[in-house]
Amino acid sequence: MIEQRAGRPPWMEQATLLERAGKGIVLALVSIVVIYPFITVVATSLATEREITRNGGLILFWPGEISFNAYRTIFTGGVVTKAVMVSIGITVVGTVLSLVTTTGLAYALSRPIIFGKLILGMSLMTLLFVPGIIPNYLAVKQVGLLNTYSALVLPVMINAFNLVVMRQFFMGIPQELIDSARMDGAGDFRILTKIVLPLSGAVIAVVALFYAVAYWNAFFNALLYLNDNSMYPLQLILRNYVLQRAPLPGAMVPGEESGAPPAEAMHMAVLVVALVPVMVVYPFLQRYFTRGVLTGAIKG
Amino acid sequence: MLALAAPGILYFLVFYYAPLLGYVIAFQDYQPFLGFESPWVGLGNFRDMGRDIKFWQAVSNTIQITVLQLVLYFPAPLALALLLNGIISTRVRRFVQTVVYMPHFLSWVIVVALFQQLFGGAGVMSHILRDGGYQTFDVMSYPPFFKWLAVLQLVWKETGWGTIIYLAALLSIDSSLYEAAAADGADRWRRMWHVTIPGIVGVTILLLILRLGNILSVGFEQILLQRQAVGPDAAEILDTYVYFNGVVGGQWGMTAAAGLVKGIVGTILVVVANKLAHRMGQDGVYR
Repeated sequence: MIEQRAGRPPWMEQATLLERAGKGIVLALVSIVVIYPFITVVATSLATEREITRNGGLILFWPGEISFNAYRTIFTGGVVTKAVMVSIGITVVGTVLSLVTTTGLAYALSRPIIFGKLILGMSLMTLLFVPGIIPNYLAVKQVGLLNTYSALVLPVMINAFNLVVMRQFFMGIPQELIDSARMDGAGDFRILTKIVLPLSGAVIAVVALFYAVAYWNAFFNALLYLNDNSMYPLQLILRNYVLQRAPLPGAMVPGEESGAPPAEAMHMAVLVVALVPVMVVYPFLQRYFTRGVLTGAIKG
Repeated sequence: MLALAAPGILYFLVFYYAPLLGYVIAFQDYQPFLGFESPWVGLGNFRDMGRDIKFWQAVSNTIQITVLQLVLYFPAPLALALLLNGIISTRVRRFVQTVVYMPHFLSWVIVVALFQQLFGGAGVMSHILRDGGYQTFDVMSYPPFFKWLAVLQLVWKETGWGTIIYLAALLSIDSSLYEAAAADGADRWRRMWHVTIPGIVGVTILLLILRLGNILSVGFEQILLQRQAVGPDAAEILDTYVYFNGVVGGQWGMTAAAGLVKGIVGTILVVVANKLAHRMGQDGVYR
């Protein structure tokens, strides 16, 4: 979060009431435009069949009667539960692998090493010339990763932008600190884990967030590389069922009294499941954003 | 030290540099069962591409969306940042920042689903219109609106996040400049004109140049998700053209050629954009 001047400085005139009201209204509108879609989604996911039918498919603000039926049904096994597990697995394994490899390379490139310039140039090239879908697909096929979960992690393991953010941060750590540790007989790996990493909590947190969100949100890699529908991660399930409006297994069949949750509620419940993890980690890491974004965007 | 760097270097070799070699198929009549042994066709694929009306349709759609983004999306973060910067209460500012940064972290699948919930045939807007006795239609699959809708989605998702860089630039303006201007009798608008605007014009031009370097990329996942509902005439962009005709349609050689052309033109634009940024005394994406 950007630290800003607190309070009104003495030379600044008091804003007129009209001006302050105008600003307040605009900011309130902006906030409502961002927040409102979530309210209707959560409300619909919690609504009962009767209310959804009465309202013609959705709840505008808040259901009169709350039912967790939709959530219970999607978590009693089947497609959604499997997809959630797949997405969690990919996100956890992917983020760890990405962090380990990015940290290693970023630290090496933050110190004067042999071929350092060349390796940095090689990494930054990926930002300049983006290989298209076709060569990526052929490469994944060539190394035999088609239809494996590795195809969702390995081809996107290091992001040059995140690499630059980390390297920039590591460059701020004084060389003397590292030299003195080396004098005490510590090797590169020990120096990295015992000296550099403990000083780098902020940048690791923000890069971890960027990677985790990218893995959690990705759907195209899964569409491209996986042929087997039963392997699909959550975002692809979301696309197949919610965007294309196919009723999820276990949903109520229209015109049938079965006590099963309505299809609309189940769709919205899947949507909520997909966005909750992001909403939960986001506030904790928010104060690190500015530094992360700025070092990456400006320097290179 | 090289041992720490090795996995990262290996990654770039295997998943970036080796795939680039795959572009040889842009010059082949690629058959999956023959692999890279497919017959060579010289520039035939590029010729086919140039003769394909759908390719030019995709180019045209891409550029139209880029232009709309420049006009509608580009100024939005700047305006919001100026507004936020004028808010004195830290608590209000923080609250708004927390809210508006958040959509950046949502996937395109979620964003499109949220828009469908609001503007789709069974969505909030249709609902309200129907209650008012008006006729409704599905905005999400109406081709003439699609490009506007796509840009609106981008505005909703990224405006807040885009303010970060402007807020930092606004913060780095020396506050004694404001004080001196106020002492000389400049009112709020004159201070905006003579202090604030000169303070952020550099970063604005830099971001504009960088955007110009990326005019051929307009959000692949976002458009791909909606192409089916809207139809290719309005929603085919270069990246979806490559995906649907190549991976799905099997015209590997021609779409590889299209991808290669896009990559090269994009690279040239970024390099030129950076040169421009350097000439203006800015850093650009690389130095």
